[in-house]
Amino acid sequence: MYTVVPLLILFVLSSVTAIVFVLANRLLGPQAMTPSKLEPFECGVEVYGPVRQPLHVRFYLVALLFVLFDVESVFFFPWAVILKDLGLVAGVEMLAFLLFLVGALAYAWKKGALEWD
Amino acid sequence: MEIFLQEGLVLLKAALWAVALSLVMALVAGFLTYLERKVAGHMQARLGPNRVGPYGLLQFVADGVKLFLKEDLIPSDADAPLFRFGPYLVFVGSFAVFAVLPFGERIVATDLNIGLFYVLAITSIETVGLLMAGWASNNKWALLGAMRSAAQSISYEIPVGVSFLIPIVLAGSMSLQGIIHAQAGGFGLLGWNVFHNPFSLAAFFVGCTAMVAEINRTPFDLPEAESELVAGYNTEYSGMRFAFFFLAEYANIFVISMIAAAIFLGGWQLPSPFKDILPFGLVGSFVLLAKAAVLVFIVLWLRWTLPRVRVDQLMEVCWKYLTPMALVCLMGTAVWMWAFPGRIFFGLFGTA
Repeated sequence: MYTVVPLLILFVLSSVTAIVFVLANRLLGPQAMTPSKLEPFECGVEVYGPVRQPLHVRFYLVALLFVLFDVESVFFFPWAVILKDLGLVAGVEMLAFLLFLVGALAYAWKKGALEWD
Repeated sequence: MEIFLQEGLVLLKAALWAVALSLVMALVAGFLTYLERKVAGHMQARLGPNRVGPYGLLQFVADGVKLFLKEDLIPSDADAPLFRFGPYLVFVGSFAVFAVLPFGERIVATDLNIGLFYVLAITSIETVGLLMAGWASNNKWALLGAMRSAAQSISYEIPVGVSFLIPIVLAGSMSLQGIIHAQAGGFGLLGWNVFHNPFSLAAFFVGCTAMVAEINRTPFDLPEAESELVAGYNTEYSGMRFAFFFLAEYANIFVISMIAAAIFLGGWQLPSPFKDILPFGLVGSFVLLAKAAVLVFIVLWLRWTLPRVRVDQLMEVCWKYLTPMALVCLMGTAVWMWAFPGRIFFGLFGTA
């Protein structure tokens, strides 16, 4: 518990600092809004077309790959901590899992999931 | 009564640490904005900032004051709550990492036993903040920059995570202090994780490359590639909210350098005769900060040496090179530990 308390205090303090900074900025800075100032910036040209258009599917593909590999790399953390004390069997088992992971990466590669065009 | 006193002391200590760390972050990030311009200047045969204070050292103070006096603008079509909230997340996310950074043998705010895991987890919050900011801006550049930034940060988190595993395997601990303790021996040099075996040497370079990419620094700064996206996710921001992105970006450079120095380059380890010259292991702190400073300089240097990569190259480097390399390094280190147990410096020496 004593290791978590400083963290919580840090979170609270940094949030408070951030809010105070923004409030100070509100007080000190000018507030002279004009309609053209509030337009989205598009290199000086008038805004053309809707902004929130559908995005390319590859972004979702990357997100999927990330979820897969990140969750699997999380499995390694507890294993890595106690690897020194584990017997050979546990080490070999995890290496087999690692090979599966490499195989999965090779499969995604072959399927073209890693191409960005 | 005694318990209350003890808890009060813990709270007081934590509060003091929080204040100290916020000062450290503000100073470090501010100084790095100055240093970046100074390094950039000298690499391009000009002087860089030299007007405010001696050698322009107070430039970042002047910049900070200027940002306070700017108009806090929220575009009319923006999603105001998200637009306001995004910068806070980025700021808090980058600040929270400072809590586990070891500044010396006995100088650390809180030595979490899941230290490195916490670093990985908390830095991901920044990605959420960037995505929020970019989407809420209602600006094409900001949206594209945010999507690129998210895709890049989450992709590069995998090589970073896997290369973090190598020091964890070697030390048998996720705590940053624990990892530094495990790098003792070999005159404070040969015991470094980077010298432990060929795979950990490779993992150091894989990890550093991936970390530079994860914080969106050049040559991987596609989210704010100014020649194509104006400024990426912070195009619409001004004043303090813009400053938060800026502050977080520069604080991140320091954070990754400190972490790389701690988990791969021996941290504050020193040969024992030098350890106790100054109290609190301060010599070690200077050594650690010097290592971090060298890495910071390399990160700044990269920006003026390497051209920006293309998006497809960026993804290719991550998924087709760094990730398999990191996985091979992990396998190799595990096998090496089994083949040469308790030995350091490429398996040549017994534990010193």
